Amino acid sequence: MSKPASSLRNMVLSLFGISLVMSAALGFVYNVTKEPIAAAIKAKEVSAIKEVLPAFDNDPVSTAKELNGMLFYYASSSDSLVGYAAKTFTEIGYSGRFDLMVGFLPDGTIHNIVVLEQKETPGLGTNMVLPKFKNQFLNLNIANLKDNRLLVKKDGGTIDAISAATITSRAYCDGVQRAYNAYMENFAVKE
Amino acid sequence: MNNFKFFSEGLVRSNPVFVLILGACPTLAVTTTAINGIGMGAATTFVLVSSNVLVAALKNVIPDKVRIAAFIVIIATFVTITDMVMKAFTPELYSSLGIFIPLIVVNCIILGRAEAFAQKNRVIPSLLDGLGMGIGFMLAITILASIRELLGNGSIFDIKLVGDNVSTILLFILPPGAFITYGYLIAIMNKLKTRYSNQ
Amino acid sequence: MEYINIIILALLVNNVVLAQFLGICPFLGVSGKVSTSVGMGAAVMFVMALANLVTYIIHYYLLIPLQVEFMQTITFILVIASLVQTVEIILKKSAPSLYQALGIYLPLITTNCAVLGIAILAIQKKFTLVESVLYSSATAVGFTLALVLLAGIREQLELLGMPKGMRGFPLTLIVAGLLSMAFMGFAGLVK
Repeated sequence: MSKPASSLRNMVLSLFGISLVMSAALGFVYNVTKEPIAAAIKAKEVSAIKEVLPAFDNDPVSTAKELNGMLFYYASSSDSLVGYAAKTFTEIGYSGRFDLMVGFLPDGTIHNIVVLEQKETPGLGTNMVLPKFKNQFLNLNIANLKDNRLLVKKDGGTIDAISAATITSRAYCDGVQRAYNAYMENFAVKE
Repeated sequence: MNNFKFFSEGLVRSNPVFVLILGACPTLAVTTTAINGIGMGAATTFVLVSSNVLVAALKNVIPDKVRIAAFIVIIATFVTITDMVMKAFTPELYSSLGIFIPLIVVNCIILGRAEAFAQKNRVIPSLLDGLGMGIGFMLAITILASIRELLGNGSIFDIKLVGDNVSTILLFILPPGAFITYGYLIAIMNKLKTRYSNQ
Repeated sequence: MEYINIIILALLVNNVVLAQFLGICPFLGVSGKVSTSVGMGAAVMFVMALANLVTYIIHYYLLIPLQVEFMQTITFILVIASLVQTVEIILKKSAPSLYQALGIYLPLITTNCAVLGIAILAIQKKFTLVESVLYSSATAVGFTLALVLLAGIREQLELLGMPKGMRGFPLTLIVAGLLSMAFMGFAGLVK
């Protein structure tokens, strides 16, 4: 069989045919993978929320509320409030934006923090996930700090910055502070 | 040429990374860890083999003047399939390879093999050619990635090889390290090539 | 302020070639002479800004309403390929002098992964139309800057004695590595 001539009819027909078959194939794969993709995204969120809050038994992802670009998840155990997880962000990282998940207990105390998406310098900024830096935030209530501000020591605060990555440390504080402010204003249990 | 030769050509003698210098973007960008290297290599191999086979099978249906457009549609389809499958089943790897998964579509190796090999050959040789080139690509970027991970992070495949208090040469997992490591590896390949061709 | 940040980030901090590894093929291939690299840079800027404009419209007014976002890669690459062809034909007919200057670079751009990459990134970053065009133009200027710098250094290196194995690609890559190291100094510029 020889190649068909490049007449307009042949060209249009063959391109149309190929596109049709290929789109059908894509649609098929899309439908097959749609659910696993959604499940994978949800699993990632749920595991982050589980890590930053004490045990809960509801489905926090379905309670997500958006506020100033952040997401707040309500977590409860046998219908009593366990805390809120906040998916927050900062834009002043060394390479721009990165995302954090911060868990707040009802009174605003930080339970735990997980770094979600980041592109900080490997080996320097990425040390923000190490316990040495992170443990400074656990069981911390920003309300007990001067002016309710979370700052690194260089800026007159209490947090020891990661060595050689002050900008990342500052951005980390910024992200947590952002979540805290919105949390206290909108969700915290008022006494 | 026998079938084995189709396969072995891309592994060493016409290695896309070290000899032809094709597909440099993913080669430099995703080689921060050996696992990324293998993942990118496998994804590229899948696209390369599938598009080679389909192009070879359809070579008598596609008119000459629109062949590039047809190749692009075929390649882009397989890339999108890879994209969706990886997003669903290997979300971790997917997020660390990021934008370079959809960019497989503009990897010159793939369009290059379709144009230079698959459209002139039968299905089986095209399949072997794709497999050889793909595995050659995968091996090369995994070697590059292992060197960078070892020097920059002290590990290979996430297995720590040096003690915790040994400081590693961070530069190698940063962008400059990619350029420099790749440069020296090509220089070594050039040296070997001249030595063997002199004998 | 937002706009200035986008420009500085795209131009210097996250330089498309030296930090994001997009468009490496032309970066290594046409950086032999300063004059050709300026021509290549101009052609890339033209196509990139135009491509971002068109892909933005297609994404928000075609793919999203039809709920076929998964067709993004395939539509974008076809749009870019046909855009390059159209630009080539129009330039040839209406602006022959410009065509003479840019013409030989245009076909090379279809396989320039920076064009597709930046179009996809602009969508991922959820830019508005103005931001997207600004981002792509600044990226293209960053591309030209890196290309011209490398070409300038390579012209000087021609005069040096080099071991045979190091000539060509290896040396170019190592110089690019040093340039990339210099550009790392810009990180943290945006506060």
